[in-house]
Amino acid sequence: MALYSEKVMDHFRNPRNVGIIEDADGVGEVGNAKCGDIMKMYLKIENDIIKDVKFETFGCGSAIASSSMATELIKGKPISEALTLTNKAVAEALDGLPAYKMHCSVLAEEAIKKALKDYYEKNNIEYDKTLFESVDVCCHK
Amino acid sequence: MIYLDNAATTKMCESAIETMTRYMRSTFGNPSSLYSIGQSAAEAIEDARSRIASHLGAESREIIFTSGGSEADNQAIISAAKAGEKKGKKHIVSTAFEHHAVLHTLKKLEREGFEVTLLDVHENGIVRVEELKGAIRPDTCLVTIMFANNEIGTLQPIEEIGKVCKERGVVFHTDAVQAVGHIRIDVKKLNIDMLSLSAHKFGGPKGTGVLYVRKGVQIIPLIEGGAQERNRRAGTENVPGIMGMAAALDEAMTSLEEKAEKEAELRDRLIAGISSVPHSILNGDAKKRLPGNVSFCFEGIEGESLLLLLDDKGICASSGSACTSGSLDPSHVLLAIGRVHDVAHGSLRLTLSPETTSDEVDYTIKAVKEVVEYLRNMSPVWRDLMEGKRTFIL
Repeated sequence: MALYSEKVMDHFRNPRNVGIIEDADGVGEVGNAKCGDIMKMYLKIENDIIKDVKFETFGCGSAIASSSMATELIKGKPISEALTLTNKAVAEALDGLPAYKMHCSVLAEEAIKKALKDYYEKNNIEYDKTLFESVDVCCHK
Repeated sequence: MIYLDNAATTKMCESAIETMTRYMRSTFGNPSSLYSIGQSAAEAIEDARSRIASHLGAESREIIFTSGGSEADNQAIISAAKAGEKKGKKHIVSTAFEHHAVLHTLKKLEREGFEVTLLDVHENGIVRVEELKGAIRPDTCLVTIMFANNEIGTLQPIEEIGKVCKERGVVFHTDAVQAVGHIRIDVKKLNIDMLSLSAHKFGGPKGTGVLYVRKGVQIIPLIEGGAQERNRRAGTENVPGIMGMAAALDEAMTSLEEKAEKEAELRDRLIAGISSVPHSILNGDAKKRLPGNVSFCFEGIEGESLLLLLDDKGICASSGSACTSGSLDPSHVLLAIGRVHDVAHGSLRLTLSPETTSDEVDYTIKAVKEVVEYLRNMSPVWRDLMEGKRTFIL
């Protein structure tokens, strides 16, 4: 299907890191069923490194592919690096997304940020709140 | 490939292709020219006109060739509105789940000062004649209600609607794009004043359609220019398209009832098979629907990913999810029958043709079950539903 790049279709058909982490250190859910997409990220963190990441997504092909790609981009990376992951980087790694699907990559970025925020809060770690200002995106806003 | 998107468009029938190539190759003259190759083209389209008219129970002069269903809908509605306006009648009755060719034309008229009442189509996807009676006012100039819905396939009580409109002296237009060639229609018996149809929904070519206008009903051209179509639609006639449309309709109307019966049997088999998916629901009345239409909503999944995975399994289908339309909201049809956003995003439409086989239906049932289960297993919504953190809607 020409709507999506081969990379998007590959990550959609064979999503990496699907599932949940029962004892996750941080969990972030963004989106809204009303809008047609919800993403949930689970992180396992050791010594400021993202040791493991899993996701669950309710959404279209590009939402599933964006989640999958985002998990690959942060797995094994330090938190500081995961925090700098932008939606553009996710979309570029997928060889691009159609303009009206860019919000799917935004959801992936925000889901990771929200999971990291959750990790900080659960562990009473001081963090820069300005990094999380845009968390909780929704298509109806 | 299993093609189950016949409501979007149909594969062209061989007789239409053969007819069209013949008219492209040999009878290429302009029907307005006086030499013989032009006059042959003119005679051919008049023959096509009379055949199409007879399939509808209409007269030749009541058939206007258009570029398709959307143009026919636009012309019918705008003509009735302008005729009404002259008499000070600026109210139109329609339904909430019409095709956008109708709804967007009505929106335009609203901006020009017309009032529009959209009838409720209820959960079964069928308008209630009593409610239509209550909605018609002394200043109503048009009732426009589709024959069969394009997404959920429900058939409207057209005969009763026609009767009410006739009694009340209101022009009645029906968008029959999904019905013509699939259901026998007699415009006189049903008291239809105007009817739109589109050739590519019954094995004909794209870009060709008809507006039937009962003799005596006022019509104005949308396209100005030459005197074609008795001054009602300018532009050199699409001769190959018209000839292909007539050939396709001839074929569609041949043993129509037998084909429809067989198609409806497979439709019901498909509905029964998919109904066994837990937390799913059939959209629209189970029986009062087109012989080839199956429409479902599934909880916990989104329609576009469903379509992509079905495509991987060789099945062509469609969905009313927002993601497939490029807009934020799911299908207005599904919202009109009361499906909430959450489940309307998880919709699937499968539309059969007389060529659909029982093996294809059985394969599709299996594929839909597998894909729905697969997507639910990676859906956080489904997990919440299963863990009781969210309440099932379906």
